[in-house]
Amino acid sequence: MSLDLKFTYTEKKDTRSGFGDGFLEAGRKNPNVVGLCADLIGSLKMGDFQKEFPDRFFQTGIAEANMIGISAGLAIGGKIPFAGTFANFATGRVYDQIRQSVAYSDKNVKICASHAGLTLGEDGATHQILEDLGMMKMLPHMTVINPCDYNQTKAATLAIAEYEGPVYLRFGRPSWPIFTPADQKFEIGKAWKMIDGKDVTIFATGHLVWEAVVAEAMLREEGIHAEVINIHTIKPLDEAAILESVKKTGCAVSAEEHQINGGLGDSIAQVLSRHHPSPLEYVGVNDSFGESGTPTELLEKYGLNAENIVKAAKRALARK
Amino acid sequence: MKKQSIEQLQKTCTQLRRDVLRMVHAVQSGHPGAPLGCAEFFVALYFDQLRHNPDFKMDGKGEDIFFLSNGHLSAGWYSVLARSGYFPVSELKTFRKLNSRLQGHPATHEHLPGIRIASGSLGQGLSVALGAAQAKKIDQDDKLVYILMGDGELQEGQVWEAAMYAAHHKVDNLIATVDYNGQQIDGPTKKIMDLMNLKAKWEAFGWEVNEIKEGNDMKSVLEGLEKAKALTGKGKPVLNLLYTEMGYGVDFMVGTHKWHGSPPNDEQLAQALGQLEETLGDY
Repeated sequence: MSLDLKFTYTEKKDTRSGFGDGFLEAGRKNPNVVGLCADLIGSLKMGDFQKEFPDRFFQTGIAEANMIGISAGLAIGGKIPFAGTFANFATGRVYDQIRQSVAYSDKNVKICASHAGLTLGEDGATHQILEDLGMMKMLPHMTVINPCDYNQTKAATLAIAEYEGPVYLRFGRPSWPIFTPADQKFEIGKAWKMIDGKDVTIFATGHLVWEAVVAEAMLREEGIHAEVINIHTIKPLDEAAILESVKKTGCAVSAEEHQINGGLGDSIAQVLSRHHPSPLEYVGVNDSFGESGTPTELLEKYGLNAENIVKAAKRALARK
Repeated sequence: MKKQSIEQLQKTCTQLRRDVLRMVHAVQSGHPGAPLGCAEFFVALYFDQLRHNPDFKMDGKGEDIFFLSNGHLSAGWYSVLARSGYFPVSELKTFRKLNSRLQGHPATHEHLPGIRIASGSLGQGLSVALGAAQAKKIDQDDKLVYILMGDGELQEGQVWEAAMYAAHHKVDNLIATVDYNGQQIDGPTKKIMDLMNLKAKWEAFGWEVNEIKEGNDMKSVLEGLEKAKALTGKGKPVLNLLYTEMGYGVDFMVGTHKWHGSPPNDEQLAQALGQLEETLGDY
């Protein structure tokens, strides 16, 4: 069976490479861009920047709390620090440092978090953070971005270098379809309607945007026309785009590689409940930790793939 | 700023102590003990040592900059900032009140001149100071970064992450000071969590340690800070172990943790102020 996909790909790549390449380009554009990493330079793809700009790159060793504080200090001196580590160590481990020294202090620090979510794979639940978006979006003044593929991650990385203020940028480890254009303009806080539809809206973020694209084609085969909206910015959330779509379709699905509790779906529910109460079904991890496995196996077991988005869309439709 | 005589600086210390006591008394909250003990340090720094501009700029380029990591000393810091021209002295009366720029713990959010980072949750300041010092290095700015920490604060693990980093990266344009008063909220540090041999600890982490044995004696503090300055630029971060007495200047407050976070009542305030001459005019 071959699906009639509205977006296709010829190449797969990890989103962290999109970050690494964007980071290098941002460094070439702006001498104030500096980097820090807590002993994961290879994993974060920060090596090219380090090689080209050794005086603007700081290895902190395995000491994430210190890395966040140093970043805040560099920002005071007018630098634009990109601090990279795994999403788990970039959030939960250093929440108080981010809260006090970055968010509350209004520091222009970019927290760059790789290996987020289940698709980290075999390393298992210790590293598969599924709560990071929730923690970060709760912080006042924090911008939270979760791009969907290599190209979007690269574009987002360049965009946050231009933006003044604290940002949490989340990306991942697995090789993933590159289905968005290389020359895209990344607008922070602006949702991207990728596919027009009339029956149900799928709001997806991160890796699950691809699953939403696949789900749309599967639904279309059954005569259901889903609208697919790429919510790369969780905060500030594009409320206007959400409301405009749901006013048309009448129901929605949220899809994210994150706990349902506190994730994108929660944010969408808040918007809908205040302005346009409508059926909303959630595709996300349901109050559980992950485990070891391949990314594909994990997305299937925890109910985060295209098949699950299709099922959720049908549940939402049935509640209209 | 013109250099002041030791006598003038001492007078400013006395006024700072009055400010601190009146500020915490007015709102019946805050931390008088440690800022009383650090008055000489604050005054020596702001009125003698720092090459700074009270016409405040956040990036501090071309200036020495100071961070307070143990943010609960806010009353003392606010007093010295106001007295050295960062904002009107009259604003001290808003300390810890609603809609004030003088938050309970220092914050940047209300844009109080002189403050570059929020502090209060302990252990974070040294890391921030390191980043600011490295930004200066990138910019080839030869001025210094100062930071004050509490001794109890050294129980936080992040401090030692930062200590290790500073020596490894040869951050030698930084002067950290530990307020070595031996007290913390629950009691003497020796009893709560013994810091053991602090000098040896910092030396083992690769720092140049400069002991200032008489932290409540202006001459000794000035000499100690001068010596610390002379130790910068030699490839090692510099740490002052500043021996102070918590509550110094008021006979019934000195040397005990009991005034760490408790304000005086009306009677105690009167008694304390009786021991501290009004030298520069109360706010």
